[in-house]
Amino acid sequence: MDALGNLLVGFSVALAPINLFWCFIGVVLGTVVGVLPGLGPAATIAMLLPLTLKMDHTTAIIALAGIFYGARYGGSTTSILLNMPGESSSVATCLDGYQMARKGRAGAALGISAIASFIAGTVGVLGLMLISPPLARFALRFAPPEYFALMVLGLAMVVFLAGDSMIKALLALLIGLWLATIGTDLFTAESRFTFGQAKLLGGIDFIAATVGIFAVGEVLMNLESRSGGEIIKLPRGLKNLMPTLQDLKDCRFAFANGSVIGFFVGALPGAGATIASFLSYGLEKAVSRHPEKFGTGVIEGVAAPEGANNADAGGALVPLLTLGIPGGNTTAILLGGLILWGYKPGPLLIQEHPDLFWGLVASMYVGNVLLLVLNLPLVPLFAQILRLPSYVLHPFIVGISVVGVYSVNNSLFDVWLMALFGLLGYLMRKLDFPASALILGLVLGDVLERALRQSLMMSQGDLTILISRPISATLLLIAGLLLILPAIRWVRAWRVEAVERED
Amino acid sequence: MFSGIPDKAGLTAALCLAVFGGYVTYTGSKLDYVSDVGPGPGFFPFWIGVGLLLFSCYQTILCLSARRHRRALVQSNWRGSSRALAGWSAMAISIFLYRWIGFAASFVMLTCFFIVGLERRPIFPAFAIGVALALSFHLLFVTALGVSLPTGPWGF
Repeated sequence: MDALGNLLVGFSVALAPINLFWCFIGVVLGTVVGVLPGLGPAATIAMLLPLTLKMDHTTAIIALAGIFYGARYGGSTTSILLNMPGESSSVATCLDGYQMARKGRAGAALGISAIASFIAGTVGVLGLMLISPPLARFALRFAPPEYFALMVLGLAMVVFLAGDSMIKALLALLIGLWLATIGTDLFTAESRFTFGQAKLLGGIDFIAATVGIFAVGEVLMNLESRSGGEIIKLPRGLKNLMPTLQDLKDCRFAFANGSVIGFFVGALPGAGATIASFLSYGLEKAVSRHPEKFGTGVIEGVAAPEGANNADAGGALVPLLTLGIPGGNTTAILLGGLILWGYKPGPLLIQEHPDLFWGLVASMYVGNVLLLVLNLPLVPLFAQILRLPSYVLHPFIVGISVVGVYSVNNSLFDVWLMALFGLLGYLMRKLDFPASALILGLVLGDVLERALRQSLMMSQGDLTILISRPISATLLLIAGLLLILPAIRWVRAWRVEAVERED
Repeated sequence: MFSGIPDKAGLTAALCLAVFGGYVTYTGSKLDYVSDVGPGPGFFPFWIGVGLLLFSCYQTILCLSARRHRRALVQSNWRGSSRALAGWSAMAISIFLYRWIGFAASFVMLTCFFIVGLERRPIFPAFAIGVALALSFHLLFVTALGVSLPTGPWGF
């Protein structure tokens, strides 16, 4: 009852015209930066932070949080339409979203992405409201061995990205892990695999690699044959562009899966939306009645990761607001803002400043509704991009890729990297290597290595630390089972084949 | 699980990856395996290299065994690759030219190459599409969002 009473107070704060106005501005800005590759919410919030100094603090946090979760809504648009994930958390959306767009179901994919984002975003806020303190205490039990185990579980999702050949998926994953080692070693400051290039000391830019492999690689693949100027057929009328009732029915588990996984993984500092979206995609495929269709344009393959990366936004605010621990770049900047405005984020924040906490929670409900109302009507508009003939679409994708990658660091070197990764993405497609496995390795490699090395430091080199703690042992066991199951299936199929041959 | 026996290109790829795995292992072994504060900078790359080496050798064996049994379940089609590689080369030249003529002019040239060279369509519509796209990028990103793009001697 306490929570309900506090929430009502929160709504009275969030629905004040000035807060409502800034919530709207925040979510619109968030959607825009999410749609445009390269312009992330972290950079946008950092740029706008000085402007909030003269604002009311509750209004300011409502606006900045709006950018944070609004960007998650927008991130799916380019992934679905152009196979161009603007953020690492949108990579999993590309797998089925882009295939749906190619089949003329871009509207349904965008629509389900907005609906999944709304449902999961709301569940994330509910979680933030109801179970913040105990969840934050649980998250604190995650030490390096637990993070290592969580990352291994994330990498085990490669099983679900493998396609025809598990060996190729594992090779792609290892290349991704190797790419993550490029740059300065965090512990000893020694440079690794930089080939004498000072610009590689900071590591491989994720946006350059992903945009190159997915977007440029796809353009090169399409350039192989003359297009004849054909366009992807889109159904006419708003009703026909939206997801059908059957689509919603098919996605009911994906909504729940994305919401729960996204929120809980989001609450773990440092875990991030990427691992949440891949875990959710993997789980959805594992329990699906038609797992073989994943990757060919299945609507659940869009709903699950999109839900996860939105619920993650609510989860990420749990350690920030209850413990003062930021889980990622964006929440670190939000933490900076809170300190700048004179707050002490930590266990006493909710008690000392209930209007701030509950105003923010209520504004996130309002923001999620605004985002849904804002995004659904935009679906047909965005889907029109696919009406462009392919000979216009190809240079358009290359141009927007270059602008997106260049705008991150104003670096031509990154644009060159994008081009090289584009060639790699093309070759991987030709040779049937799953590009998403490489990206999974690249994204998780850094955290995995850090957690492993910290764990071994803690135990003075004793590897049993990874299996002697209950949480890490459980996570590693699940990861092991995930990796072993396909091998058992393969041995069984091989035996059946052998018996048939003997007969 | 281990289906999808590749063709000659697949064998070449597996061999290249084996060489690459050897390089990563060798370079990783040159870095400190153990440091004062625990595992060193060479620890992780070394094991990645070993993994690459092992899996690529296994993939090579699969390819060779498939060739011996005259099985080729997956044959890559390389017929259109020259067009794709021409597109990539044009993109690389276009990036090279950013420093000299800026993003906008170089992008118009790339668009013309894509539409005229690869799609065999008339030059004037191609040029118009290139200019329209470059102008849209300039208005949206440079003017509205304040993003800086490489500029040529004429300031855009």
